[in-house]
Amino acid sequence: MFAESSLNVRNKRVQNLFRILFMLMTVLLVVPVIIILGTLIYKGGSIISFDFLFTDPTNGMTAGGIFPALLGTIWIVAVALLASVPLGVMAAVYLNEYAGDNWFTRLIQLAIINLAGVPSIVHALFGVGAFVIFFGFGTSILAASLTLAIMTLPVVIVSTRESLRAVPQAFREACWNMGATRWQTIRRVVLPNAVSGILTGVILEVSRTTGETAPIMFTGAAFFLPFLPQSVFDQTMALSLHLFVVATQVPGVPEDLPFGVALVLIAMVLIMNSISIAFRMYLRGKKKW
Amino acid sequence: MSDTNTLSQTAALDFDRRNLDWYIDKIIQALVFIAGISAIIFIIGIFVFITIEGFGFLLEDFSFREFFLSQYWEPSDEDAPEYGILALIAGTASVTGLAMIVAIPFSLGAAIFIGEFATGKTREFLKVLVELLAAIPSVVWGFIGLSIMNPLIIQIFDVPVGLNVLNAGIILGLMAAPIMTSIAEDALKAVPDRYREAAEALGATRWQVIFKTVLPAAKNGLLGAVLLGMGRGFGETMAVLMATGHAVNIPGSVFDPVRALTATIAAELGETAVGSPHYQALFTIGIFLFIITFLINLTADLIVRGIRKG
Amino acid sequence: MVNIGLDVSSMSDSVMTTATEVAHKLEVNNLTISYDGTPALSNVNLSVREHEIFGIIGPANAGKTSFLKSLNRMDTFNSSMSVNGQIRFNGLDIHNLKNIYALRSRIGVVFPLPVGLPLTIYENVALSPRLRGIKKRRELDEIVERCLTRAALWDEVKDRLNSLGSLLSGGQQQRLTIARALSQEPDLLMLDEFSIAVDPVTTMRIEDVLKELKQDMTIILVTNLVQQARRLADRTAFFLEGECVEVGVTEDLFTGQGKDQRTLDYIEGKFG
Repeated sequence: MFAESSLNVRNKRVQNLFRILFMLMTVLLVVPVIIILGTLIYKGGSIISFDFLFTDPTNGMTAGGIFPALLGTIWIVAVALLASVPLGVMAAVYLNEYAGDNWFTRLIQLAIINLAGVPSIVHALFGVGAFVIFFGFGTSILAASLTLAIMTLPVVIVSTRESLRAVPQAFREACWNMGATRWQTIRRVVLPNAVSGILTGVILEVSRTTGETAPIMFTGAAFFLPFLPQSVFDQTMALSLHLFVVATQVPGVPEDLPFGVALVLIAMVLIMNSISIAFRMYLRGKKKW
Repeated sequence: MSDTNTLSQTAALDFDRRNLDWYIDKIIQALVFIAGISAIIFIIGIFVFITIEGFGFLLEDFSFREFFLSQYWEPSDEDAPEYGILALIAGTASVTGLAMIVAIPFSLGAAIFIGEFATGKTREFLKVLVELLAAIPSVVWGFIGLSIMNPLIIQIFDVPVGLNVLNAGIILGLMAAPIMTSIAEDALKAVPDRYREAAEALGATRWQVIFKTVLPAAKNGLLGAVLLGMGRGFGETMAVLMATGHAVNIPGSVFDPVRALTATIAAELGETAVGSPHYQALFTIGIFLFIITFLINLTADLIVRGIRKG
Repeated sequence: MVNIGLDVSSMSDSVMTTATEVAHKLEVNNLTISYDGTPALSNVNLSVREHEIFGIIGPANAGKTSFLKSLNRMDTFNSSMSVNGQIRFNGLDIHNLKNIYALRSRIGVVFPLPVGLPLTIYENVALSPRLRGIKKRRELDEIVERCLTRAALWDEVKDRLNSLGSLLSGGQQQRLTIARALSQEPDLLMLDEFSIAVDPVTTMRIEDVLKELKQDMTIILVTNLVQQARRLADRTAFFLEGECVEVGVTEDLFTGQGKDQRTLDYIEGKFG
């Protein structure tokens, strides 16, 4: 009796030790990042102003604002979404609503996993070979956006598929039983109930696309341009590449400038991500069946 | 006789007709099928297009021996260009290796804490935090390496330059850790609760349950998490371009600057003429990267799928 | 020439046989249903006449639900379900149709587990008319009100037609499902233990509606309440352990004039 309880005490101690150890690891993982974010805000916060966001860079990019880069990023992201969202949603509809459980479906899944896993610089090479050269788009917003669209396609497919999967099968069968075709069922019952989940995935994709640099370096984003893009066949500046340029390629940049650019970029990405997460949590709390 | 005739008229015997909706359904089915196989088309497309661009080099200037065994990457030498990627492989391997040393214990520890110890709001909060960490763009990480880690390393270790294996390894480790954490946590979550309950019923304590039951059961998923993290580190471009020091060099210590395969492409592609041997050599590195990451992802997928079946 | 000759002869043949009987809505020949090779129902032969209520009684696992599923081609939803034999609906072999959706739109089904679609109550009932191409609001309003009234649900939901059908109570969802089936204006209505989640008073109201509906459609009523079959069905089939034991005029079966002793034993509650 006594021996057993002393064993219990020992076990409790070991357990607490492990709990603290693992907690420490979690904290050590998180804390440096928080310190880094704090530094970014501390060093870059002061430069951020209305003018910084909405004026052109001046003096060989050592002064002025980031407006063309900001606008260019919006262009690139918007065109990439136009391409990848319809394609990704359709692919997810195929996988969840039509595809059987067989080797062919597994092959598609493997392709999706690999599409997400191929290094971004390899996607860039593909973009150069396919869109810039073979299809003749040149270095343009179109080429950069299509490259990014293919790269982030898995994000849309996976999140859409998950929200389609969350719609119970019984709803589909009830619909089919009334004589609805597969497509009528998808359009009237499945998609309307998955649309908010899909939207969550799209916001996540926006955040991914905003931050990508390597895939657009050689396909459409320019170091510096004295004009704003007029169409998708123009080159553009982009925020992510602008950070790389002012941090490494331009001599004599005041220290707070790249910090400011980094802060704007990370804020855009994290805000998008937070919206996506908040939206997801809100949806989880809202019962529709 | 009259009875059957009334039946055919009143009961709409000819209901069996293909209407517009039937054809729309078929067309949509064909369309989503094409979208469904697009991922396969793109993967093949990536391979084909980078191979086309790199093909000239593979035919003419490529020597297996030189490419993989020479440590001299001097493509712009006009008299005797040399295309050896050994040093670049060493650069990628050293940085990725160090990143894994940093990331594996922390991400597995964090996954265990989040999955097995933390509850309720803490758990939810940590998961969100991990997800946000995973979202930080690589160019921002590269900038952090350049502007925060660099002076820090110079100060702490008293070395002349802080852009080296250590810097990039830590940066890459911090980048890979959130992804590994969330995949590893998924793997732990996939272990059925009845395993834990059975072990607890036998009188095992929490940590015994974790070490003797949960971790062995989640072994494959955890291995998959590590592999995917490795794949991510291996393929990372901007961060290693900015934080490694970008010198072609087989590192002797963590304080040596190196250059990674991915970073080489990113740094040099803009300066080469389309179709030149140098340009084609960069695409050949791309083919190599594609094949390696393909194998890593395939292995990870097979391992993870292995547990699902079992 | 030869073919045409054959056709004519076989047609006149079938006319000869059916002319003496009442018109058949549904003919089932040698129907066998199995799940992953395990038979759930074997060798069923029966026919359902137009404008009758055809009852199916029997204990659990007799194959009643599988029978209904096969009539609506629900075997296409589930790869493990396989159906062999011939089923003719309005004279057409349902395994050889050009448009399976048209078949399902002519058949209304209500299963014991109610499924209110995650649409508004109004849209649940208006969905099928919309699929048929009815767009006018007034026409839809009229259909929705009529179907919900017939399903004894109108009074409870008429003030909240815009709330979600999937959030109604079980009994209400059951009646919503009935209203939805009626909104198809089907040739054939199949009900599988529809009263399982519905209170007795409402059940009686729906039963009265079914008697009325007989004028417009054929009804197959699967029930575990033998008295319900007696109240409603013109003819009744008794299913037992994957076999159709017998089919007869309901009153005959209930008064012991059936061919098989097991039928009477079941009706009298000796087993099941």
